[in-house]
Amino acid sequence: MIEIGLGHYLSLGAIIFFLGVIGIFLNRKNIIVILMSIELILLAVNINLISFSIFSGDIVGQIFTMLILTVAAAEAAIGLAIIVVYYRNRGSIRVEDIHGMKG
Amino acid sequence: MIVHSIFFYFFSIIAIFSSLMVITSRSTINSVFFLILDFISVGCLFIMVGAEFLGMILLIVYVGAVAVLFLFVVMMLNVAEQKQSWFIGRKSTHIPTGLIVSVLILLELLVVVGGWKYKEDVMSSSTLIISDISNTHQLGLVMYTDYILYFQLAGVVLLLSMIGAILLTFRERVGVKKQSYLKQVSRSPVTAVELVEVKSDQGVKIDD
Repeated sequence: MIEIGLGHYLSLGAIIFFLGVIGIFLNRKNIIVILMSIELILLAVNINLISFSIFSGDIVGQIFTMLILTVAAAEAAIGLAIIVVYYRNRGSIRVEDIHGMKG
Repeated sequence: MIVHSIFFYFFSIIAIFSSLMVITSRSTINSVFFLILDFISVGCLFIMVGAEFLGMILLIVYVGAVAVLFLFVVMMLNVAEQKQSWFIGRKSTHIPTGLIVSVLILLELLVVVGGWKYKEDVMSSSTLIISDISNTHQLGLVMYTDYILYFQLAGVVLLLSMIGAILLTFRERVGVKKQSYLKQVSRSPVTAVELVEVKSDQGVKIDD
């Protein structure tokens, strides 16, 4: 309880990952909150990578964390740009209105 | 050691609470605020555990760019009133939420700055990386040598996403006067200046 080890950090990452996944299912009408849940999931992955990197004494995990940060930033930028364009064309970004591809 | 565990529980409880609030807030603006708080808490955890460079990167890139991008989009699209589906909507509570989040961020910053004095206590966990050189130095030593291709690839990904975002949101505006460089540099004094003989008591018409 007092000694903070690898398991504590992995539990924190697991809880945040879990909350991100729950958020996707809970907010199925709001696509911006879905994007934020994806950010939470990526953050949980970063917590896992960094804690493994620190507690096993290998710096490579932090480099992969950096790559994940890059991809997450790119994903957020592109996703939000698509949302802006969609809102400009259709006037609504409600998820149930997005059925143009009949998927 | 006890300081380490106190800080860990402090930051992780705030992180879990704020990620819970991200997915259950009534309005999207509140979700973005709590997302910012979550990033700051996890960044403080990274700094605490010894990954200082990535903690600062998380603060700068996520809080400074990504979360603010979310905030801009939410405000620009005017969907802040769009309530979550499973909550019965009431009046929005932007200002109290913002106050709570900012007070919590202030507390965290105070704790981090105050805890820096006890850095030896915090860092003395037996499993942490013990090294003479700093975390940033270590990261640079590996990233610019062994992983240089991945680093370049990350740069290409960022460049492509920047081009893609600009290309997606670009639109031609009609009815806006724009500067034309070609017209400006192809003017000559002969066509640009007109010499007029001004007659007495008559003046010049310039708006033709």
